[in-house]
Amino acid sequence: MTSLATSPMPRSAGTLLVLLAIVLLWQGLHLLVGASSLASPLQTVTKLAALLMTGEFWLNISETMRAFVAAFAISLFGGIALGIVLGLRKLAGNVAEPILTTLYSIPKVVLYPLVLLCFGLGISAKIAFGVMHGLIPITLFSMNAIRQMKPVYRRTSQVMRLSPSQNAFTVIMPAILPEIISGVRLGFSLTLLGVLIGEMFASQRGLGFLLTGAINLGQIDTIMAIALLLTVFAVTCNVLMMRVDRRLTHR
Amino acid sequence: MSEKLLRVIVVVAMILLVELLCRIGVIPRTVMIAPSDMVVELGKIIASGQFSADITITFTNIAISTVLSVLLGFAAGVVIYSLPGLRNAIEPLLASYYAVPTFVFYPIFITLFGVGSASIVAIAVLLAIVSMVTATLNGLDRIPRVLRKTGQIYRMSRVKTALLIELPAATPYLFTGVKLSVAYSFIGVIASEFILSGAGVGYAIAYAYNLFDNGHMYALMLLVLIVVTVVNTFLNVIDRRLQSRRQR
Repeated sequence: MTSLATSPMPRSAGTLLVLLAIVLLWQGLHLLVGASSLASPLQTVTKLAALLMTGEFWLNISETMRAFVAAFAISLFGGIALGIVLGLRKLAGNVAEPILTTLYSIPKVVLYPLVLLCFGLGISAKIAFGVMHGLIPITLFSMNAIRQMKPVYRRTSQVMRLSPSQNAFTVIMPAILPEIISGVRLGFSLTLLGVLIGEMFASQRGLGFLLTGAINLGQIDTIMAIALLLTVFAVTCNVLMMRVDRRLTHR
Repeated sequence: MSEKLLRVIVVVAMILLVELLCRIGVIPRTVMIAPSDMVVELGKIIASGQFSADITITFTNIAISTVLSVLLGFAAGVVIYSLPGLRNAIEPLLASYYAVPTFVFYPIFITLFGVGSASIVAIAVLLAIVSMVTATLNGLDRIPRVLRKTGQIYRMSRVKTALLIELPAATPYLFTGVKLSVAYSFIGVIASEFILSGAGVGYAIAYAYNLFDNGHMYALMLLVLIVVTVVNTFLNVIDRRLQSRRQR
């Protein structure tokens, strides 16, 4: 690592080296503990490829994606709308903020039985649980974005007598977009986590359900293949959102 | 002050509304028991000591993983800070770290360590440590240069500079990491117990859910919510004090 520290290497090359080191570490650990405890990188990729060939796997992926997309859409639009309202109304915002922060920090998984009892076993419980995770961070970020907006924007829109909807879409939205993207990135990962935890605890379909099934059958290669797939998916989406974020802030 | 009062009124009104809906039967007892009943049930299980073992295990595991992730995260942060090349390489990975749904690795820890406290602590540390690393890097970055220069003028040794200048200057930022580590340890431990485990509060809640034992389930949920809220409030008070010291 010392050679890495001294040589003026491009950033992405260093990152690739670190990723390579992680894969080597994984392979080493695999050799150390044995194939029954930890599948090797190659085994995992082969297993993932084999799983992706089967139609049943795609059914589970689409089930998880359906729940995730619905939950994320609700968190996104609900969170931004709620954040704008709370950000514009100072008193409501001040009253709500500590309540929301407290709700944000509780381990929501203890409330999952309540969600299950309200919505029953099925996709709606998963969606509700995903929304519970994703809604609050997006609300909090949008609210703070509005509060930190330059007052001159609001005054200008008042002077130009814009209607509330014109004000929202032509003044407020463009002004707060960069901050909202940070909230959306966090909300995205938490919603995915919520949907997966929901599926792991109680579900009949989906990737989380496959994971729990694989634990019970001791199929380590399946577990790792699904973990790899989800990691690649989440990281790719996150990197894409960071790119958008960078472009917006450097405008 | 009136905002605080208003907030209390809002929270109390919500609880009363749920209480009322439960009492008149809009929310059936099979879905949710009335908040007042939850408090009564919580009193009962604490008095009987029925879940004492579970409660002890859970909070011990949370404490262990908080301590581990704070210490390891701080150490890793200092090492990464002192190697700029490594830092450049690792920073894009840190930025994407929390996008990964860490819980999908819990099954792997189960096959490595078995079902028990070791895999639970491992997943909680995995979840919490990176927030401590990021906070450490952030804290070290924000030490004003003038402070280090002053240390040089006084010809302080490296150790003395670290203990008397760098550590106190970075403390407010480090504490943010501690706060996050506590929150993530709670989530990591309780969620792992919930999904697959044989002991702990999370397991007890999942078990009660499977038995339709709403009394015990809601009492334990209330316990977790109370503990988390109290711990958070306490940490926020310290945080606010540290932050105000920074502005001085």
